[in-house]
Amino acid sequence: MRKVSAFNTATIAAGMAFLYLPIAILVIYSFNDSRLVTVWGGWSTRWYSELFSDEPLLDSALISLRLALISATAATVLGTLAAVALVRFGRFRGRLLFSAMIYAPLVMPEVITGLSLLLLFVAVAAERGFWTVAIAHSTMAMCFVTIIVQSRLVDFDTSLEEAAMDLGAPPLRTFLSVTLPLIFPAIAAGWMLAFALSLDDLVIASFTTGPGATTLPIRIYSEVRLGVKPEMNAVCSIMVGVVGAAVIVASLFAKLTGARGAPSQ
Amino acid sequence: MHSVDTKQAFAPVTEPSSRPLLRIESLTKRFGRSTVIDQLSLDIYEGEFFALLGPSGCGKTTLLRLIAGFERPNAGRILLDEVDLASVPAYRRPVNMMFQSYALFPHLNVQANVAFGLKQEGVARREIAYRVAHILSLVKLDGLAKRRPHELSGGQRQRVALARSLVKRPRVLLLDEPMAALDKKLRRETQAELIALQRELKLTFIIVTHDQSEAMTVADRIGVMNQGVLVQVGPAPEIYEQPKSRWVADFVGDVNLFEGRLGEDRRSVEGTAAGSLHTTVKLDATPGATVSVAVRPEKIRISREPPLPAPANCTTGKVVEVSYLGDASIYKVRVAESCVIKAALANVGGGGYRVAAIGEEVWVSFPADAAIVLTQ
Amino acid sequence: MTAPAMAVNENPAATARAPLWRELVVRVPYIWLVVFFLIPFLIVLKISLSQTALAQPPYVPVFDLAAGWDGLVAFFTGLSFDNYRLLVSDPLYALSYVKSVEIAAFSTLVLLVIGYPLAYAIARTPPRWQAVLVLLTILPFWTSMLIRIYAWMNILQHDGPLNQLLLALSIVKEPPVWLSTETAIYIGIVYSYLPFMVLPLYASLQKIDEALIEAAADLGAPRWKIFWLITVPLSSAGMVAGVLLCFIPIVGEFVIPDLLGGSSEPMIGQTIWMEFFGNKDWPVASAVAVVLLCLLVTPIVVYQNQTMRAVEQ
Repeated sequence: MRKVSAFNTATIAAGMAFLYLPIAILVIYSFNDSRLVTVWGGWSTRWYSELFSDEPLLDSALISLRLALISATAATVLGTLAAVALVRFGRFRGRLLFSAMIYAPLVMPEVITGLSLLLLFVAVAAERGFWTVAIAHSTMAMCFVTIIVQSRLVDFDTSLEEAAMDLGAPPLRTFLSVTLPLIFPAIAAGWMLAFALSLDDLVIASFTTGPGATTLPIRIYSEVRLGVKPEMNAVCSIMVGVVGAAVIVASLFAKLTGARGAPSQ
Repeated sequence: MHSVDTKQAFAPVTEPSSRPLLRIESLTKRFGRSTVIDQLSLDIYEGEFFALLGPSGCGKTTLLRLIAGFERPNAGRILLDEVDLASVPAYRRPVNMMFQSYALFPHLNVQANVAFGLKQEGVARREIAYRVAHILSLVKLDGLAKRRPHELSGGQRQRVALARSLVKRPRVLLLDEPMAALDKKLRRETQAELIALQRELKLTFIIVTHDQSEAMTVADRIGVMNQGVLVQVGPAPEIYEQPKSRWVADFVGDVNLFEGRLGEDRRSVEGTAAGSLHTTVKLDATPGATVSVAVRPEKIRISREPPLPAPANCTTGKVVEVSYLGDASIYKVRVAESCVIKAALANVGGGGYRVAAIGEEVWVSFPADAAIVLTQ
Repeated sequence: MTAPAMAVNENPAATARAPLWRELVVRVPYIWLVVFFLIPFLIVLKISLSQTALAQPPYVPVFDLAAGWDGLVAFFTGLSFDNYRLLVSDPLYALSYVKSVEIAAFSTLVLLVIGYPLAYAIARTPPRWQAVLVLLTILPFWTSMLIRIYAWMNILQHDGPLNQLLLALSIVKEPPVWLSTETAIYIGIVYSYLPFMVLPLYASLQKIDEALIEAAADLGAPRWKIFWLITVPLSSAGMVAGVLLCFIPIVGEFVIPDLLGGSSEPMIGQTIWMEFFGNKDWPVASAVAVVLLCLLVTPIVVYQNQTMRAVEQ
């Protein structure tokens, strides 16, 4: 086993402290009884219980969850199809434009993505609201899903698909019974990323939303612009807890399935 | 060394009335500008064990993939039971392949891997269970049905791959370097099992290999391939004893080659580096043509005394190298400035006995029937 | 024979026609991207050449298919480059671009300086820890950027934990102002983008064969020289990826400067936002966006060209 030098240990400790202290402080202050955010008034869960009587905030949380579920699922379907097309179909007409459209949104500033989609919705006179945000989020996230699934497909041993066909499975059944189960971890990771991106997004949602579809980030943003509020500490702590738990569970799951499914070559 | 006599000559090939099961007619396959299979024709008969032997990159795997349907030919036809396979996709061909990498589905256990092909056919569940159990016991994998591929050893994985490709009882089983990943001892055992399996199931096997001893051990007939062309097809002894070209003689087994001119009697070759050489067969070529004489090292004798009675071909030289291989020793004897003859002598005596030592003057001889005259 | 699927004559055209599902696999995501990515971008381009109007939508000319050919002519003659002239003539925009690039460049440098030792340290730990440490590095990225910035608003406020700590340690006498300063923007950016810098660096550092280091040591190179001559060049791909991954999105960043910085010298993302939501000047916002996009595409194209050249050699 390699020895870790004192310098490297210190670097890692400092790095992790930098990454986690601010979040830890946020969580600690969410339990502060005092209304003045900076004065410690003892431990309390009053801000958490106040949250549950804040109807608009709860509404926004529900909207955001629904939005993330729908747009992550749509992005996963679209992104997986795009990855299969890019990796497996060789050359087809318009391939260059297709791959450009896959990569471009990855470097596109959110402000521009949001702006351009809003202008589209205005141009076709679509009523803005939940579904316009869902479309915007699906479009942004599908490219990330494509990248993840694509890298898995590129590594994929094609002789497995040939073996399935050789044993009598037509192309579509080969895909469903061999390819899909084996790229499933990538698809799941893509879905999670899409879900997190949607839950995260403030800018694109601000552009494309309409009345009655105020997402959680928009609500939080409008609250915190004016300064720190104890309720917001509690909301953010809950989100951190949920996301952190989800990611840890998912990576443990991935490790388990990875150990079982991966060929040890 | 080679168990060429363990198998009897395959009968249907020599019976003119028998129809080939698989007929390949002037098949051509190009990848970009390079021609991988060049106007290749070949007939394979029902129940035959056929080996495609050749160096890597000679197109043997491509030929296998063309038969399986993973590649489409640029020209030519493949007929199975007299039906053109051109329009039959891979998944409808009654042909199964065992992949070099085994291509076992990592997300399925042994049972499900083997059952995969039967499920595609819509075989009833009870019959699938019965046939899978049967084939697993044939390849001696009973008790491992619930294991995943990564929980198996290399040899076990190989058997699963074999079972999976056999369970559908294909008209032709294609084996792509099936033993390349096994160690030498395991490979020997598996070769013997493969022969037994093929006889028991009475199926037609085509094996691709670059290992000549493997091809000779398992196959009824061998097709030697080079640069997309079948250069010689025949039973193992024929390929070894009567190679049709220098290339085949050199590729299959070890050989001494002497270049010279065909003599007036068309039974001798003159002006080689080892002098005039004599053979038994009268060659059908014009005297004076440039030909080669090929002699296998194990047919060459070395002695300290002049051999009696005098063999047809005899010369003297100095031993320059002796390599001890266990069962035999290789002697290299310089008989002329530009000519070193290789001789393989079985180590029959005990105690590391040597016929001759390095630096010693010896007699090198071989009978006329050991000399093969090649025009190509 | 137990009837293997010898259906040879059944469907000779089986492979001839591309099946419907295959078509759908390409077409569905393709059409989606054309409609929701390409066309919107073309609309931005078009509106950047239009004029502001007090109407709905708030710009002219409006493309009107019903007007036929005359409408088309009127549409094209109505386009102008006035918005782009405004971008050049009004120093507000130029300053905003310069500010964005300056902040992005400097914070990327800081990220590289902080991220490299961290990535190096992680790559030198035993493999079992590496997985955990990588996970810990990515984890904050999964939580909302908004929340992470908000956490810093907490810390950096006038009587927040940082100033309390500084006062308690008597490092400062008067609590310094952090929020609405450029320093706060830098802190926020470095904090938010650290995972993007560390991950590609770690990926390339972790791939370096230990034997190379040992070989260099065996050949007599001192440790700093090994680092400089072996490790750094072999991790250059990771450095380039990390720099691009940070620099490009930072230039267009909105949330961080908006919450932590002031509005006196806005970054370009803020400018677009203000033009759009504040001034309701959609054409100018579009023009600013088009120029920003051109600005961002340049480093990518340069990078692409260089990797292509590297591949060719």
